[in-house]
Amino acid sequence: MNNQQKWVAFSTIVRREIRRFMRIWPQTLVPPVITMALYFVIFGKLVGSRIGEMSSLPYIQFVAPGLIMMSVITNSYSNVVSSFFGSKFQSNIEELLVSPTPNWIILLGYIVGGMARGLGVGLIVTLLSVYFADFSLHSVPITIGIVLMTSLMFSLAGLINAIFASSFDDISIIPTFVLTPLIYLGGVFYSIELLTGFWRSLTLLNPILYMVNAFRYGMVGITDINIMGSFAMVGLFSAVLFAVALWLLEKGSRLRS
Amino acid sequence: MNNLPNNALSIKDLEKTYENGFQALKGIDLQVAEGDFFALLGPNGAGKSTTIGVICSLVRKTSGNLRIFGIDIDEDFSAAKQYVGVVPQEFNFNQFEKPLDILVTQAGYYGIPAPLATERAIKYLKLLGLWEKHNMPSRSLSGGMKRRLMIARALIHEPKLLVLDEPTAGVDIELRRSMWGFLEDINRQGTTIILTTHYLEEAERLCRNVAIIDKGKIVKNTSVKNLIKQLNKETFVLDLNKEIKDLKFLDGYPLTLVDSTTIEVAVDKDKSLNQLFNHLSSEGLEVISMRNKANRLEELFIDMVEKNLNTEKALNNE
Repeated sequence: MNNQQKWVAFSTIVRREIRRFMRIWPQTLVPPVITMALYFVIFGKLVGSRIGEMSSLPYIQFVAPGLIMMSVITNSYSNVVSSFFGSKFQSNIEELLVSPTPNWIILLGYIVGGMARGLGVGLIVTLLSVYFADFSLHSVPITIGIVLMTSLMFSLAGLINAIFASSFDDISIIPTFVLTPLIYLGGVFYSIELLTGFWRSLTLLNPILYMVNAFRYGMVGITDINIMGSFAMVGLFSAVLFAVALWLLEKGSRLRS
Repeated sequence: MNNLPNNALSIKDLEKTYENGFQALKGIDLQVAEGDFFALLGPNGAGKSTTIGVICSLVRKTSGNLRIFGIDIDEDFSAAKQYVGVVPQEFNFNQFEKPLDILVTQAGYYGIPAPLATERAIKYLKLLGLWEKHNMPSRSLSGGMKRRLMIARALIHEPKLLVLDEPTAGVDIELRRSMWGFLEDINRQGTTIILTTHYLEEAERLCRNVAIIDKGKIVKNTSVKNLIKQLNKETFVLDLNKEIKDLKFLDGYPLTLVDSTTIEVAVDKDKSLNQLFNHLSSEGLEVISMRNKANRLEELFIDMVEKNLNTEKALNNE
């Protein structure tokens, strides 16, 4: 395939992915928005008004960046895992596998599709959060940079999960038992300044803490951790996950007999 | 290895052993000439779908060499894939997508820009009688329409080699015949076709050359004409004008009573049917109608597979 053909193949996959989640918008776009609206009302307004300040910010302002990041992470991940596994389950992944499209294009297509949904939902939730909290972006490059890298990283993770999954249970195990606890314990709802000793050290091992804090820094200018360290860590994780995902596709693991 | 430029497909010593240890292909050699209409026949589990899987990259070969229009798949599978269109046995398109979207998307995977892809999609949907359904969810299509959609999808990048894995399975006779006509047309236009089928009548009607595969080995590879020449016996079903009572047997024409007015006769190739008719006339019986019990190729096919089985049993006993 020449470069123009590769571009056509890539944009075809991206268009198909976007068409997929737009077609089923009541399942893909509405639920995260409703969930986040409830978070804003309950944690931001009702409970948040009694909590007072967190890291010298009104609680709603503290929690909003974490909630936006939470929707970006879960939607990027779930878009790729459900789309790729659905293709495997219906066998229509074979349409791609028999074609001359290189594996790295397939990988990029699915990732960009996942990022489109993750960032789309993130944008809707951001617009929603403006209704509940006042923001003035502290750093646009940091905000955009970290949200893009986070979305990329979780799209990759979703694809790897989908490659290994052999049933619909397998695509819900990681989000339920790994992703959700990591998000909830990753500094979305509280500052790690509240933790001491073992729990603080344990929390520092959670990669989502770094993403949430970098994003919060970009939005409101406060963080519990080093921003450059966050970018380095997300970049490193993404590079490793990209290499693993590409290797699995090249090997045809669980895709070709 | 014979790798003439006019070979659409050249397979040499192809072996495939699955992870569970099952050896599906035990060293297959196969040549399909450009422009041929070729049948790959065999019983269930013989290795037909595995061979097709290797050709279209869904199955990784264990060893051996495979070239598509001279391109070694080990060297440049991506280039080789441009020449191949595959119609699998099972429906494998997204049932929630519309036929037009399925075709345009598939074309995109081959690097065909959307305007040209749409033009071709419309052409093939019309040719295959699917245009009226182009905007319906594909799950709402009938079984025959879904099969035709898969043929349209396989043709969207206009491959030089079309591989069909039992394309008319579960399709009614009328539709099957119209699909045959369509496949004959595209073969006449230069597309090489490889077909696996259980309907041997289909292979006899459409194909010029045939390979019979059994237990992972090619047991016969010849032209359909040559294969039929090897047929030394045909079984006919005769409907008679009245009830058969105490019919005398005729030497060399073993008869079986199907019901009171129908008989089955196995006739050797070197024997005349006139002798049989004369015998029946002398018994006061007239033949109302006559047909082959199975089609000719089917008899030969069963005979070969049985021989292969017997040889294997004999070897095992030794």
